This record gives sequence, structure tokens and C-alpha cells, in this order.
Amino acid sequence: MHEINATDVHYKELNEEIRESIRNNEHDLILDGVCGQYYIGCGISNSNVKITINGVPGNDLGAFMNGPVINVMNNAQDGIGNTMNGGKIVIHGSVGDVLAYSMRGGSIFVKENVGYRACIHMKAYKEMNPTVVIGGCAGAFAGEYMAGGTMILLGLNKSETRPIAGVYLATGMHGGSIFIRGKISHDILWEKAEIEAVTNEDYTNIKNNVKEFCNIFKIDYNRVMDEEFVKVVPESSRPYGNLYIPGP
Amino acid sequence: MKWMKNAKTYTPPDFAVIRDDERCIRCKACVEQCSFDATFYDEDLDKVWNWEAKCVGCDRCAAICPVEAITIKKRETPYRYNYSWYGHIDGLKKRAAFGGTPVVSMGNDKPYPVYWDHMLLNASQVTNPSIDPLREPMELKTFLGRKPDFVEFKKDGSLKTKLTPQIELNIPIMFSAMSYGALSYNVIESLGKAAQEVGTFYNSGEGGLNKDHYKFKGNVIVQVASGRFGVHKPYLDVGSAIEIKIGQGAKPGIGGHLPGEKVSQTISETRMMPEGSDAISPAPHHDVYSIEDLRQLIYALKEATEYTKPIIVKIAAVHNVAAIASGVVRAGADIISIDGFKGGTGASPQIVRDNIGIPIELALAVVDERLRQEGIRQQVSIIAGGGIRCSTDVVKAIALGADAVYIGTAALLAIGCTMCQQCHTGKCAWGISTQDPHLSKRVNPDIASEKLINLLNVWALEIKEVMGAMGINSIESLKGNRLNLRAVGLSEKDMEILGILPAGE
Repeated sequence: MHEINATDVHYKELNEEIRESIRNNEHDLILDGVCGQYYIGCGISNSNVKITINGVPGNDLGAFMNGPVINVMNNAQDGIGNTMNGGKIVIHGSVGDVLAYSMRGGSIFVKENVGYRACIHMKAYKEMNPTVVIGGCAGAFAGEYMAGGTMILLGLNKSETRPIAGVYLATGMHGGSIFIRGKISHDILWEKAEIEAVTNEDYTNIKNNVKEFCNIFKIDYNRVMDEEFVKVVPESSRPYGNLYIPGP
Repeated sequence: MKWMKNAKTYTPPDFAVIRDDERCIRCKACVEQCSFDATFYDEDLDKVWNWEAKCVGCDRCAAICPVEAITIKKRETPYRYNYSWYGHIDGLKKRAAFGGTPVVSMGNDKPYPVYWDHMLLNASQVTNPSIDPLREPMELKTFLGRKPDFVEFKKDGSLKTKLTPQIELNIPIMFSAMSYGALSYNVIESLGKAAQEVGTFYNSGEGGLNKDHYKFKGNVIVQVASGRFGVHKPYLDVGSAIEIKIGQGAKPGIGGHLPGEKVSQTISETRMMPEGSDAISPAPHHDVYSIEDLRQLIYALKEATEYTKPIIVKIAAVHNVAAIASGVVRAGADIISIDGFKGGTGASPQIVRDNIGIPIELALAVVDERLRQEGIRQQVSIIAGGGIRCSTDVVKAIALGADAVYIGTAALLAIGCTMCQQCHTGKCAWGISTQDPHLSKRVNPDIASEKLINLLNVWALEIKEVMGAMGINSIESLKGNRLNLRAVGLSEKDMEILGILPAGE
């Protein structure tokens, strides 16, 4: 275990110190006093590394990350898991906008809410299958341009004034799946995305991820699974195919 | 896509296939080679015939016919001539018939002015001598990256100032971003080999790198576009520089588009897209909505690569490109790449390619001038691209202020392309812009890379020749040296924007 005091340390120095510690074979890092430093965990490829963050990390946490586990014991900001390729990020709180942009692998667990533009252009191929589990609600433009991967939206704190997902859900989606706990109205859904029933195989996937979510955040599994899930999928893998004809 | 010719919609064929039947030896090579289903052999009549509505004028059949029996001719439009409507009639009828917008490839083909052709180069005579490039060494080597504001030396003469990372080019010409997906595997192989041999770079484009092409490490610039296709740590490690694609000259303001026809199994693997699905790069990057967001992405990439590689930001040449460039410099980019409106593309809506953007000549001049005025010109290198056709275009671009140029269309023409503008169909008869394995074999990487190497070597020789005539022996002395250019046939305003004097003054 290696503690790093991040109080008043500029992000460039902090990240250099993190990388240096990893090069010195310190694989269990604890950062104290983190307050808004950018790019923590950015580009790190080592799958044995675990970083615990006490404080609120800044934008682009775990961007281009390729293996480590990051635990944030507080809220976090924008751009988490940007183009992430592998590893796990756990946030014990809410996050800002643009979660998991173009995520390619690994998993992210958020205890509470996410902001706008979550999970845009997520991708998957064979065994590379990213998963994002969100305990609270999502803002507008979630799941846009999704090409693969899994987004599970639990909405544990949803209410009349706080719907589980915002408008323009799944616009441009052409692959992957979004599982939503409860019901959503077609008004917020893109017209070329569909709401389908969840298959048995899907349920196994959902249960495994929810179990992990509940273990991490100490939430009652049965309470989460007491509502039915629905699945949002694209109507076709070529939703914009009809807009174009060959020229000149 | 529903475009089959049917009785409900008639648009006149663009090309006529004229076959000298007496010469034709019925070898049927043209039947086999035609990838657009326009050439057929009739067994009963023992005759080769064409469905001219399908002919796209790629010239493949004429090129491979062993007895030169085929001539492809552009057909005159059969409509009565109307100056205003010329070129618009068929497009309008297609939109009405099929309810879609035409997608085209390659660069803008409309008769907008070409400023390169209005600029003339100087030669040194009498007052100072010209230099003979066959006798004296000429320096074409260029370094791209952020340059320091000043340099300090230690007492022992070694350098004290820490330099930011640079990339080294043997000639100031690189192959521009053409994605794996837009182009075939063999063409990328050829570009990589040629870049290695000559000592320059090719740009991976937004489609990611096939694992087989990691061997070109040291000569690749990797691109991170809004779709982030193929972007992961090993990919970033292969690149000598990382280019963030904000825009592209052929389609400024809209994202990238790879039609589903070209998303084969290997493309699906490289881009992580479902096979047969359109691979869309959204516009804009949905995590870059402001200059501050761009700065965030630039530094995220710098952190991910531990500040060892220069970051390039590629922008399209648009109206306020000078202000945009200034912002990009201040956001932390090491190199700016500007793509003019005549740049090529694998697929773009025709209305966007033909109407949006400005010429690279003007964009380059105003960006160079604005950065100089703001005192930040040395903080970036500028790469210009978008319709660079010959070595003198390269010289003029450097004289206007570029550090290096990107060539795309020129490289493909060297390999065998005939600019028939059908790349988006994925049926390229030359095997260049297709994913069909049968067609891709038509490009032999050994031969194609040799052609590219020839092209670059000849251009290098021509640049040296022209520089020698100007009395200059290094690219550094040519860069931004607008006094070596004179304008012919340009307006006062054009000359003012370009910052060059009229011939005679």
C-alpha cells in the first residue's frame, strides 16, 4: 500500500508520481486530498494496479485506461472512462457529463446519478464488451450512437420530478443494449430505437452486473430486482442507410 | 441502397463505352475486371456489350484491354444547354426519384479558382546567384512540433532548454489521413512502406490500425477522430504523433461516414462496429463542445502518452480559420493541420463537399499571418493539405507559411486511381478504395509502394531544383518567405489576404 498526498499538487506532478510509483512496483495506491486534478489513471495499462481516491477527482478520470481498478470514495466529474479499454471504475456518488465516451472494454459502476451524454458511441467486439451500471438516473442524450456494449440504468432514486432517463435517449443507436429498470415513455426515445422484452440470457447478464453493483455499494439486491427491466435496442444496424444515395 | 435503374427514373448515362469490335479478341478481360456490372459477354452473339447507365468512367477496362479496343468517352448531357442549370438537373431528378441525398467521393470538382495557378516563383539572377542542386546539398529535412520561445545553453555548450517532442521528416511531404476502411489493406501497406523508405509519415486516418500495420511504428501518425475507432493504448504507442481530427476539408462541420458496404469483417474488428453497419463518426466530438474541452482532450492524450509525442489538431479551412487556429494553439496543440475545401474523401454528401469550406491557399496565408501577429507562430508547426497536386504547389504552400504538406489524392493517383468518384460504393475497380478482397488484390503493395517512392523522390528533386533557382538551399529559408511569390491575375484584396505582391512589383 502506498499513500500519496495529492493536496494542492498540480495534476501533471500527481500523475507523474502515480506513474513513478507503478514503475516502482507499488500496485495499491491511495490518493488523499484529491480535489479536481485531471487525468488521474489516464493511459495506465497495468491490470494489477488499484487506485483509491479520497476526494473528488477532476475531468477525464481513467481516460484511455487499459486495466487498473479505480475506486472513488466521493462524487466525480466529467469525461470519466473516456475511450477506456479495460479495467474498472467505481464511483461512490454521482458523476458529471460524458461518462464512458467511446468506451471499448472494462466496466464502470456509478452509485448515484449521471449527467448528460452518458455512454455515447460505446463499442464492443467479441470478448471486448464494456458495461456501465448506473444506480440513479441519467440526463438527456444518453446512449447516443451506441455501437455495442451494455448500459444498465437502475433509477433507484427516480421520481415524478426526476425521470430515470432524459430526452433523446439512444439517438443514432446502431448496436449494443440499454437495460432500464422500470418503464420509459416512447416520447424520450429516438424513433428508430425500440423497446423490447428482456430475454433469459439478458437477465443473466443483468443479474450478474446488479449483484456486483450491490456488493460494491452495499445495496439490497432484492430491492433492486423487484421491478421488471426493459431493453432498448436499435431498430436496425443501418439506421441512416436510407438517407443517402450514391452520386455524383 | 435502392438505386437500380428502372423505368420510373431515367437519368442519362454519364459515359459511353466505345468498343472497336474488329479489334476485340473476346478475351473477356474487361468483363472480369469491370466491378460496376457495366460489362457483359453475350455467349450467343459472341459479343461484349455494355450497360452504359452503370459505367462510372473508371477507365479500368480501357487500361487493361490488350488490344486497345475500348475508349471511354464522357457523354455530353442530352439536355438543351442551360448555363444556370448545367450540372444540377440529374442530381435533382435522383433526389426526387429515390428520396436520398447523393454521396460522392474525392475532392470538390467544381470550377472554383485555384490560387496556386495564380502564383509565380522567383529565380535569382545577377544580384544574387542561384544554387545548382546537382552540385550543392539542399536541405529538405523538417521537424514538426512546438518550438521553444528561446534557447539557453549551459557553460559547456550543451542545451539547457528542454525541447518538446518533435517528429523528423526527410522531405516536407506526408501522406494525409486516409482511413483503413476507406482504403484497402494493400494500399495502406503501400503507404506505410513508402513512408518508411523515404523517411516521412503516413496518417492512419480515423479507422484505426490493422494489427499488421503496427510494424510501421516510427512512420505513422495515428488519428483520434470523434468516433474514436481503434483508439486504445497500443494504438497510441505506435504513433509518432497523435492527430485529433476536429474537421476535414471535404466535409467541414459534419462527421466521418463509412458506408456499411465497406464494413467488412476485418474493418468490423478494427473499428469495433457491427459488420455491414454504417461507421459514423459523429460531429462534433461529443466530449469536445468548446475550446476548453479541446484543451482537455489534448492534455488527456499528452498524459496518456507521458508527454513523449507531439499532438496535432486537424481543422478544416473555414471562414474564421485564423481565429480558430489561434485558439487551437493556445489550447496546447503542437502542430496544426489545415485541410482546404478541395481535399478528398471516401464518402461525403455532395452538397457539403461542393459548397462548404475555403481554399487552402487563403486559409494558410491568414493563419500564418494571424499567428505571427499574435507572436505565437513558433508554438506550432503548420501542415497544409487539400488539393496539393504537384511539387510547385508544395513550394508555394511552404512559401505561404506551411512547415509541411499532406497529400492524399496525389498519392492515390500515383497508385492507379483515376478519380472516378465512386469510392463510397466500395467497388473500386483499381482495388484502392474497396474492402472486397477480390478487388483489393489488384493493388500489389510492392509495385504501389515503388510508385509512391518514385513520386516523392521526383517531387523532392523538383523542389530542390526550384529552390536552387530561387537561391535558397534549405526549407527553413523558404518557409513563410512570401517575397518569393508574385501574383498574376488576382484582385487587390486576394493579394492582400495572401500577403504577396503582384508580378512586376
